[in-house]
Formats: sequence, C-alpha cells, structure tokens
Amino acid sequence: MSRENVLVSAAWSEENLQAPGVVFAEVDEDTTAYEGGHIPGAVRIDWKTELQDPVRRDFIDREGFEKLLSAKGISNDDTVVLYGGNNNWFAAYAYWYFKLYGHTNVKLLDGGRKKWELDGRPLDKEEVTRSATSYQAQEQDLSIRAFRDEVVEAIGNKNLVDVRSPDEFSGKLLAPAHLPQEQAQRGGHIPSAVNVPWSKAANEDGTFKSDDELRELYAEAGFDGSRKTIAYCRIGERSSHTWFALRELLGHEDVKNYDGSWTEYGSLIGVPIELGSGKEA
Amino acid sequence: MSNGCGAPTQGGTIDANTTETVLEGKVVSDGTPVGGAFVRLLDSTGEFTAEVVTSPEGDFRFFAAPGSWTVRALHRTGNGQADVSASGPGVHAVEIAVA
Repeated sequence: MSRENVLVSAAWSEENLQAPGVVFAEVDEDTTAYEGGHIPGAVRIDWKTELQDPVRRDFIDREGFEKLLSAKGISNDDTVVLYGGNNNWFAAYAYWYFKLYGHTNVKLLDGGRKKWELDGRPLDKEEVTRSATSYQAQEQDLSIRAFRDEVVEAIGNKNLVDVRSPDEFSGKLLAPAHLPQEQAQRGGHIPSAVNVPWSKAANEDGTFKSDDELRELYAEAGFDGSRKTIAYCRIGERSSHTWFALRELLGHEDVKNYDGSWTEYGSLIGVPIELGSGKEA
Repeated sequence: MSNGCGAPTQGGTIDANTTETVLEGKVVSDGTPVGGAFVRLLDSTGEFTAEVVTSPEGDFRFFAAPGSWTVRALHRTGNGQADVSASGPGVHAVEIAVA
C-alpha cells in the first residue's frame, strides 16, 4: 500500500474536480458546513442519518448501502474522494466504511476541509445532482471491523491503540473537550492499550504526517508491528483516522477498527478497565 | 445511538453556574470577529486536546478541566494563540488575536 493510492492532495483535487470517474463526497456529522459551502461538485454524505441504522446501534446493511450510493450517483468503478471537517474524522470513518462494503477506489483528501479552507481554495453552494446508478456492494469485510468480544480477548495479546486524548485515556474526561462531559459510562481505557492520540498522526493543518514520522510515532508508543491491531476511540471515527494511518499508509496488514469503541466498552458489565496513564511506553 | 464527536454549534450563552469547566471566547483580527477559524485546545504540555470552528461571530467554546491551557487559532488570514488558566468549574473567557 502506498500513500499515492489512498491519499490525494488538495492541489490534485482542485485540478481534478471535473475529472470523469472521480466523485468528491463531503462527510460530516454536522451538515451545515456543506450547506455553507462545499467543494464544487461534491455530494454530501451525512454520517449520522445516512450511514447509521436509525434504530439499532449499527450500520445500514448492504442493501441500504447499495441504495444510498445509487441515489448519490456513485458507481462501482468511480474513484471516490472523501473529505470533511473535524480533521477528516468522519471522512476517514466513511473511507473505512466504503472499504467495509468493498468499494475499490476510494481516497481521502489529505487535510480535508481544514486544509482546503486554509489554502483559500474554492467552495460553492451549488446544488449537486448526479444521475442515479445501480451500485452493488459486497458483504462486510469483517477483517477490518472488531467487535466487543474480540476486543476483550485482545487484552494483552494484540496491539490495542486508544487514539483518544490523554485525559480521556486516563479517565479524567469522558468525551473530547469540545463536547459536554455528561456521558454516564465509566471512564478509563482497555487494559494493555497504548495511548496514541489520533492528533499525533496529523499536522496542524490536518494533513497526515510523513510515513517516517508515523512509523516513529507508533514505535515510540510501544506498538508491536508483529502483532495484530485493534484501534478504538469513543465512537469509532477518530480511530478510523488511525486505522487509515496504520493500515493504508504504513501497510500493517491486520488492523481492525472497533466502532463500538469506548461508548460500548465503558458501558459493559464486568469487563476490566484501567485508569491513569497506563503502562510506560 | 450515542452522540457524535463533531463539534456542536459555537456561540450562544451557557449557564454561568455550570459544573463544567468552560473555556470560551472570540477570535478577532484588528478587533473584528473572525468566523470560520480553526481553534485548537492544547494542554499544559502543548498536546492537542480538541478543535472547533468559530461561528460567524468568531465564537468558540471548550468543555475542559481545571488547569492551564493554550488556545490556538488557524485561519487563512493568519494564526494566533493565547493562554488561559482555569482554576475550577465555571466560564473562563479568553480572546485570540490572529494576524
């Protein structure tokens, strides 16, 4: 896996806005960003209302994903370039999600909306319509998705990478610091997890650090390249960002994202929880 | 389903008797509010903690914990930062000038 296959720059993107077979998609939780101005021609995917099951805590099923992408006008052979706010968290989540359902050509716009805006590149409010397609999805590729039981079994056996901030990892905060802290579940982290905040993998402008910097970052944190890996955060989108860095950029083969993450784990009865800063790396 | 991790709308007012440790203020350039700036909350070691985008009125808000923090703003017109110390729960005001 090389960086060129999975990541595109803002400059490349601006030059390829009209390129045939390339579809830009903005993925956000809060869609007002898109409405206030989006990359010209980009379609919108709503992380919450379109990718999540409206009732159960799970994803829309294969058929639902086929329906969604067909309606968005995305074909199986299109190259989908994903970007979004929040340092591409939800775009990285969507990247992982597209891979989960077997989309072949999907890339992340390096730096997302932030880099695009800091560069002063064009945004518009034009309504984007694409003709509907007949999208065919695959069964979920569960080699990249971890569930709670395998997370408990992974304690002490696999690399568990907790990508939340140090204060969330230690149990001091229950959510990122831009959110109210009212969540009821227990604080802390999964025993044996190493804490490598997602933000360490990114530069200030939201772009990913270089492969060398990333390799050094995870090695210093005690990441064992010979072991299988599960990444988690609070709800699974920041850990998609790290999953992307570990698997798509650095080429580690067996890396799963635990989308249940701390909101699930921290609410389970009877599972072990560790408090404080954890083991010394 | 759980709440997402995206930032809520910035601005508005918050109960001054909040039990949360709130850091909030405006990003300004020559005294004019700057909307659409990226504001990063850094802890006392300079480590990134959270990020929000300012409202059209330049407002930002973080729910932090007592301690020393740095807020750093990035905008296409320039960057800037300010330090803020939160002794305890309540609303702590801080302004960031970008240039």
